[in-house]
Amino acid sequence: MMIDTAIVGSGNIGTDLMIKLLRSEILRPTWMIGIESDSEGLRRARELGLKTTSKGIDGFLAQSAKEDVKIAFDATSASAHLENNRKLQDNGIWVIDLTPAAIGPYCIPAINLESCLLSPGKNVNMVTCGGQATIPIVAAVSGVQPVEYAEIVATISSRSAGPGTRRNIDEFTTTTARGIEELGGAKRGKAIIILNPAEPPLIMRDTIHCITKTDPDVPAIEQSVRRMVDVVQQYVPGFRLVNGPVFDGRRVSTYLEVEGLGDFLPNYSGNLDIMTAAATRTGEIIAESLADEHRGVTL
Amino acid sequence: MNLQGVHVTLHDMCLRDGMHAKQHQISLDEAARVAQALDKAGVPMIEVSHGDGLGGSSVNYGFSARSDEEYLRTVLDVVQNARISALLLPGIGTRAHLQRARELGVASIRVATHCTEADIAEQHIALGRELDMDTVGFLMMSHMLSAGELLRQAQLMESYGANCIYCTDSAGYMLPAEVREKISTLRQGLRPETELGFHGHHNLALGVANSMEAIGAGANRIDGSAAGLGAGAGNTPLEVLAAVLDRCGAVTNIDTFALADVAEDVVVPLMDQPIRLDRNSLVLGYAGVYSSFLLHAQRAEQKYGVPAEQVLRKLGEMRTVGGQEDMIEDVALNLMNSRA
Repeated sequence: MMIDTAIVGSGNIGTDLMIKLLRSEILRPTWMIGIESDSEGLRRARELGLKTTSKGIDGFLAQSAKEDVKIAFDATSASAHLENNRKLQDNGIWVIDLTPAAIGPYCIPAINLESCLLSPGKNVNMVTCGGQATIPIVAAVSGVQPVEYAEIVATISSRSAGPGTRRNIDEFTTTTARGIEELGGAKRGKAIIILNPAEPPLIMRDTIHCITKTDPDVPAIEQSVRRMVDVVQQYVPGFRLVNGPVFDGRRVSTYLEVEGLGDFLPNYSGNLDIMTAAATRTGEIIAESLADEHRGVTL
Repeated sequence: MNLQGVHVTLHDMCLRDGMHAKQHQISLDEAARVAQALDKAGVPMIEVSHGDGLGGSSVNYGFSARSDEEYLRTVLDVVQNARISALLLPGIGTRAHLQRARELGVASIRVATHCTEADIAEQHIALGRELDMDTVGFLMMSHMLSAGELLRQAQLMESYGANCIYCTDSAGYMLPAEVREKISTLRQGLRPETELGFHGHHNLALGVANSMEAIGAGANRIDGSAAGLGAGAGNTPLEVLAAVLDRCGAVTNIDTFALADVAEDVVVPLMDQPIRLDRNSLVLGYAGVYSSFLLHAQRAEQKYGVPAEQVLRKLGEMRTVGGQEDMIEDVALNLMNSRA
């Protein structure tokens, strides 16, 4: 059984997400919702067989009241998300939030996907690109022993940072830091983002520093980190361990690279790819649970 | 150069860029002594922050001995006349840090981005103006961009509300003719009331010469630090620049030999190592590498047995930018593994 979905926001992220959804065995991208009638994204969506509206969320709800959209992905902005979410929820639609609005609980598929299904608001938030890439490693270390402090450095190519990220860079650092604590399990979190304009553009790099409370259990942490890398690779194939974990006293540092699949956005923008890949994975798990409900299986 | 009657504002970096050279371990007592002595010598502006700006205390850049807030309180408490500035790098520090610095009494905020990324500073610059602060747009690694492109980035910062724009030679790479061209281009393209500044590093021993070129081309604010205490081979030695400006007839309102005393008697004794143009800082200036990478690369050399010089060259080839200190250990590991 395929579950119908809608993508809100026909920009780069929405388009990349659409291509991933077209490959899904359980999700069907049915609607692309934009606000500009001549937008590239809407045109491309129509070519690929999606229904489109350029009248935003209201345009979609007016037409589709009887249709079967069960899940919507919001790839607009934090400010637009508040209203989008309210209207979608009123129509009983699950919302996967790719904006920094963070109304619902943070969701990182490698860490807490199952518990997200219990979200009473039927809204989950995908944290940030840097969070998707780094918090699993924090969780891998804190799964072995208490982490006093974790700090991540995400370096992305300038070309892959859109105007939304640029105007709201504080949201990236504060949201990611909170995610490091809430999902990563570190007592205190800090996040740093660097934009690098080098040409050809660099592939996203992520560094995760954890300070453990007691001396690190080296073999256990090595094993836990490697296992976590495998888990993330299942939905983000370009997620790679470059160096580490490196141990220096109680400091445990892990060096990663995230290469995108190049679905719509170029390969170097692993930061965008990991968001759309994580959102797709989240949507699939929600869809499976909806399909189970439909068949009368309870969770 | 005749600068008779030309006013130049000198801005001391000992307690910000100097933090790099001290691995962020300056004590509150040392900070108070430096600030008080600079103030007495007539230095009109003093910067106080972690080397990587407010909120920079971290594994990546080094944890500081005391918090930004403690340093700022201490310095604000002892200075009589100097205005205190703080540095903020969007992506590291946030508007919350800026707000707090203002509450403490910081008069000037310098919002720093890599020279191509001015648009990540919009909110921070706007907040600085809203809080009635002297608000500076600080374009780091300015050697990596042509004069025309640098002007476009400067215009963005000006449009957000910056009242002063800095051409920042973070790598100590620029030669005098380049400084002249860039400052002239900024002067012609920015509003006449927008001030211009230059921040040099002494990695090719051009700190003073480049600052003089900048003044000749229209800059009126110049960064330096007493005895050059700063990243790499240090900042422009402020007492030397003050002396040169005296000889040219410029007005700095600084007692040059009192400042020389501060450098000799207060700052030099603080140094963990002589601030000099050694082989590794020469590589910074030659290859265009961010100056504060120096001590991190030297630590990687000790830990992994890979020459710091090679690490720094590789970082230059990769076109790393300020803030990418995490790549130093990564590069050292890659070099070590490629040897094995």
